[in-house]
Amino acid sequence: MEAMVFLLSLIDCCALIFLSVYFIITLSDLECDYINARSCCSKLNKWVIPELVGHTIVTVLMLVSLHWFIFLLNLPVATWNIYRFIMVPSGNMGVFDPTEIHNRGQLKSHMKEAMIKLGFYLLCFFMYLYSMILALIND
Amino acid sequence: TPPSHPYPHHSAEGPAQSQMQVPSGYGLHHQNYMAPSGHYSQGPGKMTSLPLDTQCDNYYSGPYAAPTQNVVTPSTANQPGAQMYGRGPPAPHMMGSTPGSLHGAASSASHLHTSASQPYSSFVNHYNSPSMYSVTSSVASQGFPSTCAHYAMSTVSNAVYPNVSYPSLPAGDPYGQMFTSQNAPTVRPVKDSFSGQNTAVSHPSPLPPPPSQQHHQHQSLSGYNTLSWSAPGLPTQDSLIRNQMGSLPIVNNNTTNTVADSLSCPVMQNVQPPKSSSVTSTVLSGASTRMPPATKHAAEPVVSASQPLERIQHQGMQYGDYVNNQASSTPTPLSSTSDDEEEEEDEEAGVDSSSTTSSASPLPNSYDALEGGSYPDMHSSSASSPAPDRALEPNPAPAQALSPAPTPTAPQPAKVAKPFGYGYPTLQPGYQNVAAPLNSGAHPSGLSYSGFQQYPQHYPGVNQLSSSLGGLSLQSSPQPESLRPVNLTQERNILPTTPVWAPVPNLNLELNKLNCSPDSFRCTLTNIPQTQALLNKAKLPLGLLLHPFRDLTQLPVITSNTIVRCRSCRTYINPFVSFIDQRRWKCNLCYRVNDVPEEFMYNPLTRSYGEPHKRPEVQNSTVEFIASSDYMLRPPQPAVYLFVLDVSHNAVEAGYLTILCQSLLENLDKLPGDSRTRIGFMTFDSTIHFYNLQEGLSQPQMLIVSDIDGKPQTVLPSQETHSALGPALQAAFKLMSPTGGRVSVFQTQLPSLGSGLLQSREDPNQRSSIKVVQHLGPATDFYKKLALDCSGQQTAVDLFLLSSQYSDLASLACMSKFSAGCIFYYPSFHSTHSPSQAEKLQKDLRRYLTRKIGFEAVMRIRCTKGLSMHTFHGNFFVRSTDLLSLANINPDAGFAVQLSIEESLTDTSLVCFQTALLYTSSKGERRIRVHTLCLPVVSSLTDVYAGVDVQAAICLLANMAVDRSVSSSLSDARDALVNAVVDSLSAYGSTISNVQHSALIAPSSLKLFPLYVLALLKQKAFRTGTSTRLDDRVYAMCQIKTQPLVHLMKMIHPNLYRIDRLTDEGAIHVNDRVVPQPSLQKLSAEKLTREGAFLMDCGSVFYIWIGKGCDNNFIENVLGYPNFAAIPQKMTHLPELDTLSSERTRSFITWLRDGRPLSPVLHVVKDESPAKTEFFQHFIEDRTEAAFSYYEFLLHVQQQICK
Repeated sequence: MEAMVFLLSLIDCCALIFLSVYFIITLSDLECDYINARSCCSKLNKWVIPELVGHTIVTVLMLVSLHWFIFLLNLPVATWNIYRFIMVPSGNMGVFDPTEIHNRGQLKSHMKEAMIKLGFYLLCFFMYLYSMILALIND
Repeated sequence: TPPSHPYPHHSAEGPAQSQMQVPSGYGLHHQNYMAPSGHYSQGPGKMTSLPLDTQCDNYYSGPYAAPTQNVVTPSTANQPGAQMYGRGPPAPHMMGSTPGSLHGAASSASHLHTSASQPYSSFVNHYNSPSMYSVTSSVASQGFPSTCAHYAMSTVSNAVYPNVSYPSLPAGDPYGQMFTSQNAPTVRPVKDSFSGQNTAVSHPSPLPPPPSQQHHQHQSLSGYNTLSWSAPGLPTQDSLIRNQMGSLPIVNNNTTNTVADSLSCPVMQNVQPPKSSSVTSTVLSGASTRMPPATKHAAEPVVSASQPLERIQHQGMQYGDYVNNQASSTPTPLSSTSDDEEEEEDEEAGVDSSSTTSSASPLPNSYDALEGGSYPDMHSSSASSPAPDRALEPNPAPAQALSPAPTPTAPQPAKVAKPFGYGYPTLQPGYQNVAAPLNSGAHPSGLSYSGFQQYPQHYPGVNQLSSSLGGLSLQSSPQPESLRPVNLTQERNILPTTPVWAPVPNLNLELNKLNCSPDSFRCTLTNIPQTQALLNKAKLPLGLLLHPFRDLTQLPVITSNTIVRCRSCRTYINPFVSFIDQRRWKCNLCYRVNDVPEEFMYNPLTRSYGEPHKRPEVQNSTVEFIASSDYMLRPPQPAVYLFVLDVSHNAVEAGYLTILCQSLLENLDKLPGDSRTRIGFMTFDSTIHFYNLQEGLSQPQMLIVSDIDGKPQTVLPSQETHSALGPALQAAFKLMSPTGGRVSVFQTQLPSLGSGLLQSREDPNQRSSIKVVQHLGPATDFYKKLALDCSGQQTAVDLFLLSSQYSDLASLACMSKFSAGCIFYYPSFHSTHSPSQAEKLQKDLRRYLTRKIGFEAVMRIRCTKGLSMHTFHGNFFVRSTDLLSLANINPDAGFAVQLSIEESLTDTSLVCFQTALLYTSSKGERRIRVHTLCLPVVSSLTDVYAGVDVQAAICLLANMAVDRSVSSSLSDARDALVNAVVDSLSAYGSTISNVQHSALIAPSSLKLFPLYVLALLKQKAFRTGTSTRLDDRVYAMCQIKTQPLVHLMKMIHPNLYRIDRLTDEGAIHVNDRVVPQPSLQKLSAEKLTREGAFLMDCGSVFYIWIGKGCDNNFIENVLGYPNFAAIPQKMTHLPELDTLSSERTRSFITWLRDGRPLSPVLHVVKDESPAKTEFFQHFIEDRTEAAFSYYEFLLHVQQQICK
C-alpha cells in the first residue's frame, strides 16, 4: 500500500519535473526572443492549474497517508502555488500576464521560481524513490 | 516642379506646416544623391567631378596628417583659404568674392569661439592681419587634437572614446555644412575642435562687408540651434536666406579656390610623415586630456604616434593618385550638373570607376602628385572648365532637389537652409563653382605655403589645448552650479522665475551639439553611474523618457539602399560610433567592429566619396530612414480608420455626435493618408449597426446586427439605453484585422450588454477616503485580451470616453493601453451644458484627426552593453524584451523606460541609448526614425547628483508610482514617492562633508525634487483626502503613463504667471509677434493679490484668475468688460481687443498654446466664483485639509531623514 502511495507520488513528481522544465524552456525562449510574450504566456497559463492540482494531490496524499515530514515539506510550495493563483488581479490573463511579464523583472522572478521548483521536485523525486524502495523492501 | 523629386507627396506628410521642411531636406538628399551620378555617367571616362575632388582631397589629406580621421583635413583646407586672403587679391575675380568668404569664415569663427576666447582672437587676427600662417595653423591644429584624441583613445582600447573626438567633425555638421558652402572646409576645423555650443546664439552678427553672407550663416546657425532646442523662427529666415542664396555663387567661387588650393596643400603635408606625426602626437596627448579620465591617456600619445605615421604614409600614397585623377577629370562635372535626375545606380558605378582609376595610377605617381605634380593638372583642368557656367547651373539643381513643395517659384534655397541648418544644398553649388576659377590665382601660393604649414601648427595647437582644457576644468570643477548645496528649509523661493530646462550632459561641446534633443530623449541621470551599487547609493531612479514620434520641424530623411547597422546588435549607425579607419566602424553599443559598406562611402550631400563620417546618419542623432522591403513583413498597409460610435440614448443626449460629425467633415481632407485610405463607421447601442458606404450609393446603407445572435435584423434604434461596447469592439476587430489601422471608439457609459460588460465599482462615499482606493485596476481581462488581439493585427483602439457617470475607465482603458492607442476623457460631457468641454472635444478632435500617424510600428530601444531595461511605461505591448509593439504611433505619445546597470561600466566613459521606431507612414512608406542619446559615465556619487535631471526623474517616478498603485495600493505608491525624496536627500546628505544635520540640504540639481514630489502627491492621480472621482483618478494615471515629459510636467506642476502687468521687458519675438515673458510665480496663494490677474497653465487647461480688486483698466482692455462685477461666471475666450495689454495677453497665451498638441481650454475664474476651487486645488505649496504645505512637507522629510 505504502509502495503504491509512493509510486503514485513518484509518477506525479515526474510529471511536475517535466512541467517545470517546460516552464523553464518556454521562459528562456521568451528571454531569448524566440517566441513573443503573448504565446509564451498563453502556453504557460494552460499549465498553471495542472501543476497546482498535481502538486496538491501529492501533498494531500502525504497527509492522508500520514507522512508528516513529507507533507510539511510540500506544504509551503503548495500554499505558494495556490496563493499565487488566487492573487492574480482580475484584469490579468493568468499567473503569466503577457503585458506585464517584461516589467519589473517579472520574467526573471518567474524563471527563478521555476528553477527553485525544479530543484524541489527533483529532491522530492529522490525522496519518493527512496521511500518507495524502502517500502517495497519492507513489504 | 522637379519630376525628379522622387517623393512629391512627401510634403503632405505631416499635418503641421513645419513638416514641410522635412521633405525639403529629404528631397535634397535625394537629389544630391542623384546628381553625382550624372557626373559619372557623363564624364569623359573619368568620373570624378570637380567638386568631388576637392572634397576628396581634403578628406584624404586628413588621414595622413592625423591617421584616424579626416578631422584634420579641413584644417589643411583652411590654410589655403587664409593664405589667399593674406595674399591679398591675387586674381581679379577674387576681389569680389574673397572678402565675402573670408568674412564669412571670420564671422563663423567668431561664433564658434565665443566660448573660448583664445581661438576667437586668433581667428580675428587671421582675418585682419596677413600673418595668418600661425593663425591658420592653429586652426589646423585644432583639427588634430580631436583626431589624436581619438587615436589615443582607441589604443587605450576604450571603445567609446574615439567617438568623443570623432564626432567633433560631425558636430560641426549643420554649421560646418553651412560654412563649407561658403568658405569651403576652411571653417570646419575650427568648429571641430571648438564647436562652441553657443555658437549660434552668441553670434555677434559681426563683420561688416558681405552682409548677405553673414546673415546667411547666422541664419543657418540659429536655425540649427533653434531646431534642436526650441522652435525655430522659420518664416523670417526664409527671405533672408533667399537673398543670400543669390549672393552665394560668388562667394562660392572663392571657396572653390580655397578648396582647390587645399587640394594641393594637404597633399604636401602628408608627404612629410615623421614631422607631422610627431606634431600630431604631441597634440594628441593634449587632446586626450580633454577626456574625463585624463590619466589614462597621458601615456598614450607615444603609442599612437607610431601608428599614425605608418598610416600617414600609406594613405598618403593612395590618395595621392586619387587626387591626380580627379584633377584631370575636373571638367566633367560641368556637363553633368545639369542632369540631376539619374538613378542611384549610376552613382554607384561612378564611384566604382573612380576608385579603379585611382588604383591604376602607380604609387610613385601619387607622390609626385603630392609634391605638387598635381598642380598643373588642376590648374589646367580648372582653367578649362568654364567656371561661370557652373556657377549658374548648379544652383538650380540643388534648389530643385530641395523643394518638394509644388510652388516652383518658391525660394528653394531658403528652404534648404531652413530645414536643417544643414547647408547641404548651398554647399553644393559652392563646390561646383569652386573648382574652376580660383585655382589660377591661388594655386602657386598655396603651394609654397604648404611646406611649412605644419610647424606652426603645433604651437597654437598647444594653446588651444590649454584653452580647451580650461573649458574642461570648468566642467569638472569641484562645484558646478548643479551641485551647489541648497538649504531647502531656508530657501523661500525655490522655484526659479524662468522655466526649468533640461540639464546639458557633461560632455564635450561637440558631443553635446550632436546629442539628441532633450525634447525627444531624456535620461533621469545625465551622468550615468558606473555601477549598480553607485546607483543604489544615489537612491535616484534611472530611466529614459522618450517622445520618439514628436512633430519635428527638421528631420533629415535618408534614402539609401543599405541602412548601415551593427552586425551583431543591429544598432543603426549614429554620430557616436567611431570610425577606426575609412572602412570600418566600431559600434558604440556592443563595440563590435563593422565594415562600412561601399554605398556608405559616398556622401550624397557633399557628393564626395570616402567620407563616411560626413554622412547625415553620422551627423545627426535624429534621423529617419526610408526602409527597404527588408523591413516589411507584408506590403505597407493603407491608412484605415474606423469610427465606432455609441448611439445609445445617453450618447444622443450628450450631443457629441454633432461635434464629431462637424469635425470629421472639416478635417476629412486632412486625414493623413493616400489614395488607399479607407474610412468606416459603426454605431452601437444594444445592437450594432454597420454602414455601407460604397461608391454609387446616394446614401449610406445601414445594416443592423443584434449582438447576441449575430443575424441582421431590421429593428430601428429607439430609446435604447444599453450599450454593447464589447461586441461592437469585437466586430471592429474583425473588420480591421485584414489590414490593421485605427479604431476610434466613442463611449458614453458603462458597457452593459454582451461580452465585456462591466459593473459599477465605485463607491461614491469612498471618493475622499484617505485609506484605501480600490478598483484602480481593470475588472476584467476582456479588454486587455481584445487589445492584444488588436495589437497582433496592427490595430490600435483609441478611446474617447464622454461620460457623466462612472464608466470604469480602469477597465476600458485597457483597450487602448495595450494596443498602443490613446485615451481622451471628458467627464460630464454635454454639448450644450458644458461648452468648455465641447470646445475641448472639438479642438482635440481636430488635432486627433489631422495629426501624423504611423501604422504597424515597432519600437526598439537599445543601450550600451552593461545597461539593461527592465520596465516600460506607456501605451504599447512589450512583445519581447526590448521590442515594443505599437499598432499605431502618434506624435503625442510619450514613453518611459527604467534601466538598471547589470555590468559595471568601468571600461567605458560614455553610454549611448538608441531608439529605433519602425513604422508605416500614412503614405504607405516604411520608415525608421532613429534617436541616439549619448551620456557620460561617472564614478563618484557627487557627479551623479550633479547630473540629475529632476523633471525626468519626477516623470519616471510618477510612472512608477502609477504602476505601484495599480499593482499594490495607492498608499504604497504615496509612501514610495515620499521615500524617494527622503532617501535621495539623505543619501546626498551623507556625501557632503560639513554636514549640518539640522538642515535639509539638497544639491541645486535636486532642489525642486521635494516640491515636485509634493506636487505629485497632490495630483489627481495620487491625492487622498480630497474627493476624487475614480475615473478622474484613473484618467490622470493614464495621462501620466502616456504624456511626454513636457506636457506631463505642466500637469504635475502648473506654471503660474501674473498677467495684469505684462511688459515687453525680456519679451521674445515669435513670428513678428512680441511675446512677453512674465516670470514664474510659485504655486502659493500668497502670490495672488486681489489687485492682480493671474494665468495658470496646467497643460490641458488654462485658468485666468481675476482678483476682486483687479485694475479696471485691465478688465476693460483685456476682458472687454467695464468692471469686475460685469465679468460673467463662465468665460472661455478672450476678446480680440485693439489694446496693447490685450494684444500682449493674447500673444502670450497663443504662444503658450502653440506647440501643444491638444489646445488647452481657457477658463476665466473670478475671485469668489464657484469655479475657484478648481483653480485653487493647483496651489500645491499651500496647505489643504488633507495635505501638507510645502514647508510642512520639508519638515516631514527632514524628520524622516533624521530618524
